[in-house]
Amino acid sequence: MTVVDINAKIPNNVGLADDRRLQRALEGWQPKFIRWWEDMGPSAFQRNPVFLRTAISVGQEGWANFDHVEMPDYRWGIFLADQEPNRKIAFGDHKGEDAWQEVPGEYRSDLRRLIVVQGDTEPASVEQQRHLSLTAPSLYDMRNLFQVNVEEGRHLWAMVYLLHRYFGREGRDDADEMLMRHSGDEDNPRILGAFNEETPDWLSFFMFTYFTDRDGKYQLASLRESAFDPLSRTCDFMLKEEAYHMFVGATGVGRVVQRTLDLMREHDTDDVQPLGGLNLGLLQKYINFHYSVSLDLFGSETSTNAANYFGAGIKGRFQEERRNDDHQLKTVYRNVPHFDENGVGLREVTQLAALNETLRDDYAEDCQKGLDRWNRATADAGVDVTFTLPHAGFHRQVGTFRDAYISPTGQSISKSEWSGNVGRWLPTDADRAYVKSLMVGVTKLGEMAGWVAPPSRGIHQKPVEYDYVQL
Amino acid sequence: MIDFATEPSKYHHWTLDVDGEIATLTMSVDPAAGLRDDYELKTNSYDLGVDIELHDVVQRLRFEHPSVKVAVLTGGLDKIFCAGANIQMLAGATHEHKVNFCKFTNETRNSIEDATSNSQQIWLAAVNGTAAGGGYELALACDEILLIDDRSSAVSLPEIPLLAVLPGTGGLTRLVEKRHVRRDLADAFATRSEGVRGQTALDWNLVDYIAPASIFGELITSRTTARAHTSDRPDVETNTPGVALTPLERTSSGQHIGYSNVTVEIDRGLGTATISIAAPRHVQPGDGASLAAAGDQSWLLRTARELDDAILHLRFNETSIGTWVFTTTGDTNAVAQAEAVMNADPDHWLVREVHLFWTRVLKRLDVSARTLITAVEPGSCFCGILAELLLVADRSFMLEGTWEDDDDPPPAATIQLTAANRMFPMSNGLTRLETRFWQRPDALKAALDASGIALDAAASMAVELVTFTPDDLDWHDELRLTYEERNSFSPDALTAMEANYRFVGPETMETKIFSRLSAWQNWIFQRPNAVGPQGALQRFGTGSRPSFDNRRV
Repeated sequence: MTVVDINAKIPNNVGLADDRRLQRALEGWQPKFIRWWEDMGPSAFQRNPVFLRTAISVGQEGWANFDHVEMPDYRWGIFLADQEPNRKIAFGDHKGEDAWQEVPGEYRSDLRRLIVVQGDTEPASVEQQRHLSLTAPSLYDMRNLFQVNVEEGRHLWAMVYLLHRYFGREGRDDADEMLMRHSGDEDNPRILGAFNEETPDWLSFFMFTYFTDRDGKYQLASLRESAFDPLSRTCDFMLKEEAYHMFVGATGVGRVVQRTLDLMREHDTDDVQPLGGLNLGLLQKYINFHYSVSLDLFGSETSTNAANYFGAGIKGRFQEERRNDDHQLKTVYRNVPHFDENGVGLREVTQLAALNETLRDDYAEDCQKGLDRWNRATADAGVDVTFTLPHAGFHRQVGTFRDAYISPTGQSISKSEWSGNVGRWLPTDADRAYVKSLMVGVTKLGEMAGWVAPPSRGIHQKPVEYDYVQL
Repeated sequence: MIDFATEPSKYHHWTLDVDGEIATLTMSVDPAAGLRDDYELKTNSYDLGVDIELHDVVQRLRFEHPSVKVAVLTGGLDKIFCAGANIQMLAGATHEHKVNFCKFTNETRNSIEDATSNSQQIWLAAVNGTAAGGGYELALACDEILLIDDRSSAVSLPEIPLLAVLPGTGGLTRLVEKRHVRRDLADAFATRSEGVRGQTALDWNLVDYIAPASIFGELITSRTTARAHTSDRPDVETNTPGVALTPLERTSSGQHIGYSNVTVEIDRGLGTATISIAAPRHVQPGDGASLAAAGDQSWLLRTARELDDAILHLRFNETSIGTWVFTTTGDTNAVAQAEAVMNADPDHWLVREVHLFWTRVLKRLDVSARTLITAVEPGSCFCGILAELLLVADRSFMLEGTWEDDDDPPPAATIQLTAANRMFPMSNGLTRLETRFWQRPDALKAALDASGIALDAAASMAVELVTFTPDDLDWHDELRLTYEERNSFSPDALTAMEANYRFVGPETMETKIFSRLSAWQNWIFQRPNAVGPQGALQRFGTGSRPSFDNRRV
C-alpha cells in the first residue's frame, strides 16, 4: 500500500516530498484554493468546528477518520488508490497494451479537456450550495452538507494534482482558472450549464445529491477505466467519497418521504401542506425535474467525442472489465431512442456510437433503486402512491428529444398539451415558493425541521442528537 | 443540382437584422437543413448550403443596403460562434466537391474583405463563443475580431491535430500575412486542438479585442460606432434606396442555359461549354443616379449576375465540361457606352459596387479550374469590359476576315480596348494587361496605346491580344482540334499548367490562398493520411484513431 504523508503541508500518497517542482507548484496553488474556499465556499459557519471525515489513508478503513475541524483547516489532500501492478488497457484500440503512467502526446489535449470539465464541476457544486447551511433542517444535515462540500473540494484537489503533475504550464493555468470561474457568474460561468444554477433549497439539495451527484459517479466510474493510470487511480478513490454524497441524497429524500407519510397517518389526510409537510405529488415533481436535467448531463444519444475517447482508451464504460464483449464495440449494435415526425422510436447504431446512451441506461437503472426503497416506505404505510422515473424523453434539453414534447409516461404530445400539464409534472413557481417557505434553519441540538424525519442513526456511531457542528 | 439562387426569406441558417448603419448577421445553422442527408450540421458547422446563403447576404448587403456601414457577424447558439466546415460532410464528399467547396468559401471570405476594403462596408466578427477551424477563418476574414472572454470560448484551428488537413479557407495565410502573427506562435496555435482563449488570444494577436460577457455588447457597440464613422457609404439620413437583387430569370435544359444577356451551350462530346454574352440592346445609364434608377436591370449589373451564376453552375454541376469558350454578340459601341459610367461617375456608391462586382466575377474566372478559350468572330463585341475575356483566356482565337460563304457577310471582327481594361485588378494586384505583359513595358505600352481603336485580326495580333488568327477556311477545324486535344489531355495536368501560367508577377495574400494554401490542401485531400480508410478524415468521430504513413514526402 502507498504511504500517506499526512503531516505534509499537503497530505498525499503520491510522494510529493520527492518532487520538489511539483510540490512548489501545488503549494503555490494551495493559498489560492483556501482563499476561494473562504470567498466562495459555505457562506456561514466557516469557523465552527464540524464533525468531518478526513482521509488519512486509502486503505479499507483508514481513510475514514472523524474529528471536529474548522473547514478552512480541513486537510485537503491528494490520494490515489493503490496502483494495480501490470495493469493493462481494457478497451479501445489500445486494448491489451500497458496502461499509461504518463500522458501520451497525442491524447494530451483530450485528457486535459476531460479533466478540466470534470474538475470544474467539483467546486461548482460547492458554490451552488454555499447558502444552504443557513437553512439546514438540523445540525446533522448541516454537517452532511459540509462533508459533501469539503469532499467536492478535495475532488478538485485530485483533478488539480493531475493537471499540475502531467500537463505543464497549461495545466497549471487550467488549475488557476477553476478557481476563477464561478457558478452563475455572468462573466466567468462554470463550464457546464447545469452547474450555474443555484441549489435553492434543501429538497433540491437532496435531489441534487441523489440524481446529479450520481451522474458524477458514472462519469468518474467510466474515467476509472481510463488507460491513463493516474486518472484511473484518482477516480477510484473519489468514488469512495462520492458514494457518501449519494447516501446523503437517498436518505435525505427517504426521510422527507417518511415525514410526509407520518403526517398523513397522524392527521389522516393526503394533503400535508397545511401541516408544513411536502406532499407526495410535489416530491414526484421534484424527482421529474432533477432526473430529467441530470439525464442531459450524459449528452446526446450518439456521440463522436465519446466514441473517440473510448477508441483512444481515455474513457471507458461503467464496469468495463466486467462486461462480456469485445471491448471495441465497432461491430456490435444497440438501439437508441430516436424522435422524429413519427414520434418516439428507436434506431440502431454501433455500441461505439452509443456510449453516452449506454452510460445513461446504467445510471437510470441505479436511480430506480432509490425509488424502489421510497416506494417500499409508501407501501408499508399503506399509501397507494408509487414514485416513478419519468420517460427518458421527458423535459430534455439535450439529444434527440430536445425539441420534443413528451409526457412523463413517454407520449409525444402537442405543445399546448404540454403547457396545459407542465404544472402537474414539474415544480411550479408556487411549489418552489412553498418549499422555500419551509426552509428555516434549525440549529438546536437534536432538533429537526418539521418537513423531514430524523435519520435512523447518526454519523460514525454518534447519536442523532450530537453537536455535529459546534456553535 | 446545386443552385446558388436564394434570398433572405429562404435562408435556413442566417438572420439579418439591419438597424440604420449597422447590420447584424447571426449564424444559427439548422442541423437538419444540410445539402445531403448523411450528416447533421451540429454546433453551427457549415456545408456549401450555409455558405451559399452567406455569399448571398454579403452580396445583398452591398447592393440592397447602401447605408449599412458596418456588418457584425455573430453566432446565435449558446457558447458557439461557429464550428467550421462539417467534418462528416467533408468525409463523405467527392474530391472535386471538396475542392470546389473550398474555392467557393474562399471567394466568399475574400468578398467580405473586399466589402471592407473597397466598399467601406466594414465587417466585424463578434465571436461570442468558440470559433473553431472554418469558424475562426470566417472571423479572420472580418476586419476586427472581438472575442468574448468567458474562460471557455476559444479561437482555434484544430484541423491539423484532429483531421490531418489544413484550415482550408485562408486561415494559415491570414494569420501571418494579415494579422502578422509570428510564425512560431502561429505554429503553436494551429497544432493546439483546443485553441487559445482570452488574454492569450489577444497577446498573440489572434483577436483584436476581448471583453467579459457583461460588457461584450458594449464592446460591439463601441467598435461598430467607431468604424461606422470612418465609412464613406451614404449616410442613413440621405435615404439612399438600395438596389433589390431580384431572382434571375433562367431557363435550362440539358445542353442549354439561358439568361437575358448570357447563354450557355454545352457540347458533351467535345467537353465544352460556350458562354455567350450579348451587348446591350438599349442605351444604358450614364451616371450613378440613373444606374440606381435602373435597379438590377441595367446591362452591367444584370450581366455580371448572370455570368457569375453561370460560372458557379458550371463549376459545381458540370465538372466534366473542361473547356469554357467565350463568345460575344452585338454592338461594340453599345458595350463601350454601357461601361462608360464606371469612368464617368466612379464615386457613386452603386457604380463602385458594380465595378467591384465585375472585378470579383472576372477573378472567379481566373481561378476556375477549366481551360478558358475566347473565340472572336464577326458580329462579336470584345470591347473594354468584355475584352477582359481575351485576357482571362488561356488561348484566344480571332477570325481573320469574315465568313466567305455568306451571301451578305458581316464585317470582320474587331477588338477594342478601353479605359475599363485598366480597372480590373486580378488577385495578384495587377490588371490583366499588366499581367499579360509582365516585365515587358514596351509591349504593355503598345497595347495601351491601341486603346480606343478598333483592332482587326492583324492589328490585334500585332499588339499581342490574341493567340491565333485562322481564316474562314481553317477556323472551324482549328477550334475543333483545339477542343478535342484539350479534351484528350489529363484534366489535372491542364488545371495545374493553366494555374501556373495565369498568375505571373507578385504574390499577394489572395494568390497565396488560391495557390500555395489550396494546392497543399488539395494535395492533402488526396493523401491516404487524410482520406484513406485509416486516414484522419475518415476516422474522425468513429472512435478509431487514424494510422499515418510516417514517411515525409
